[in-house]
Amino acid sequence: MNTRTIELLVGLFVAAGIAALFMLAMSVSNLASFGGDDGYIIKARFDNIGGLKVRSPVSASGVLIGRVTDISYDLEGFEALVSMSIDPQYNVFPVDSSASILTSGLLGEQYIGIEPGAEEEFLVAGSEIDITQSALVLEQIIGQFLYSKADEE
Amino acid sequence: MLDSLLDQIQRLGRGTLTAISRLGRANLFLIEVFVGQGGMLTRPGLLIKQLFSVGVQTLIIIVVAGLFVGMVMALQAYYALVDFGAEDSVSVMVVLSLLRELGPVITALLFAGRAGSALTAEIGLMKATEQLSGMEMMAVNPIERVVAPRFLAGVISMPILAAIFSAVGVMGGYLVAVELLGLDPGAFWSQAQAKVELYKDLGNGMIKSLVFGFVVSWIAVFEGYDCVPTSEGLGQATTRTVVYGSLAILILDFVLTALMFGK
Repeated sequence: MNTRTIELLVGLFVAAGIAALFMLAMSVSNLASFGGDDGYIIKARFDNIGGLKVRSPVSASGVLIGRVTDISYDLEGFEALVSMSIDPQYNVFPVDSSASILTSGLLGEQYIGIEPGAEEEFLVAGSEIDITQSALVLEQIIGQFLYSKADEE
Repeated sequence: MLDSLLDQIQRLGRGTLTAISRLGRANLFLIEVFVGQGGMLTRPGLLIKQLFSVGVQTLIIIVVAGLFVGMVMALQAYYALVDFGAEDSVSVMVVLSLLRELGPVITALLFAGRAGSALTAEIGLMKATEQLSGMEMMAVNPIERVVAPRFLAGVISMPILAAIFSAVGVMGGYLVAVELLGLDPGAFWSQAQAKVELYKDLGNGMIKSLVFGFVVSWIAVFEGYDCVPTSEGLGQATTRTVVYGSLAILILDFVLTALMFGK
C-alpha cells in the first residue's frame, strides 16, 4: 500500500472520529438546550423543596424557560431560597406569577412550574416570586390520609 | 524442612524484586519514550504509518462491536423498562451506559487485544531478530524510531475509536428502538438530550478513553521492548500485554468512575 492511500485512510479515520464526537455532542447531549448561563435571576421561597436540585428545569406551560441555579436555606424565615436563571427571551412574566414545585410523571424528577399572573409590572433580575407552592412529599400525604382515616372511625 | 521453607521465602522475595524492577524499568522506559517523541517532529510519516496500523485497521472490529452492543443494550433496556411504561427512556439508558462505561471500556479491551498484542509482537520480534540492536549500531535510536510513534499512535487512536464506538452504538440502539420496537424517534433523541450532559458524560468518557489508550499502549510497547528475545518469550509477552492491559483497564475504570461520578 503506498503512502498516499495510507495517509488518506488515516485522514478519514481522524475525520470519522471528529464526526462521531460532534454527533454525540450535538444530538445526544444537552449542549443545544438552554443551560441557564446567561439568563436573569429570580428568586422564590418554598416551605419544602422536596427533591429539587441545582440545574433542575424551570418551565411554564411545560416549556423549558430556565434552570435552578442555587438552593440555600434562609435562616430568617426558615424557608428554602431557590434562585433560578430564566432565559432572557422570556422576560414578561407579571410580578404576581406563582411558582410551584411539580413532579414530572408519578416518580419522575422535580421541576419548578411558573404560572403567569395578571399584573402589568414584570419580573426583573433579582425579583422574588411571592406566591409559591411547595413540593408534595409523598410521606406527608400518606400520613395525612392515615390521620383522616383514623378521625373518621 | 527449614531449607524448603527458606527456599519458598526466597522465591517470594525474588518474585517481588522482579516485579518491582520491571515496574521501575517500565517507568524509565516511559520517560525515554516521552523524550523520543521529539523525533517525530522531523518525520511525521512514521506516526501516520502507525496510526494506520493501530487505528484504521482496528476500526472494523470497533464499528461491528459498537453496533451490536448498542442494539443489545436497546433490547435489554426495552424489556426491563416496558413493564413500567418507561420504554421512552431506552435511549437514556443506552446513551449513558455507552458514553460513560461501555464505549471507553469495550473499545479499550478490543484495542488491547487487536492493536496492543500486535504492537508487542512487532517490537518483540524486532528485538528477537536483533533489528533493534542493528539500529543502535547505525546510531539510530530505536526508541525514537520504533517505539515512540507506536506509543503516540495508540494514545491518539483510543479516544477516536471510543467516540466512533459510542456513536455507532447509539445508532444501533436507535435502529432497534425505533425501527424494530417502534418507539417514537422524537422521544428517543429528546430523552437522551434531557439527561445526558456534555462535559460530565461525554467529556469524562473521553478522558477515560485517553487514560486507557495511554496505559494500554504503554504496556504493549514496554512488554515488546522488554521481552525475552525467544519465540517463547515473545508469546509470553504478547499474552501479558492482553492480560495486564485488560486488568489495568478494568481496575482503572473503577478508580476513574469513583473519582468522576462520585460526590
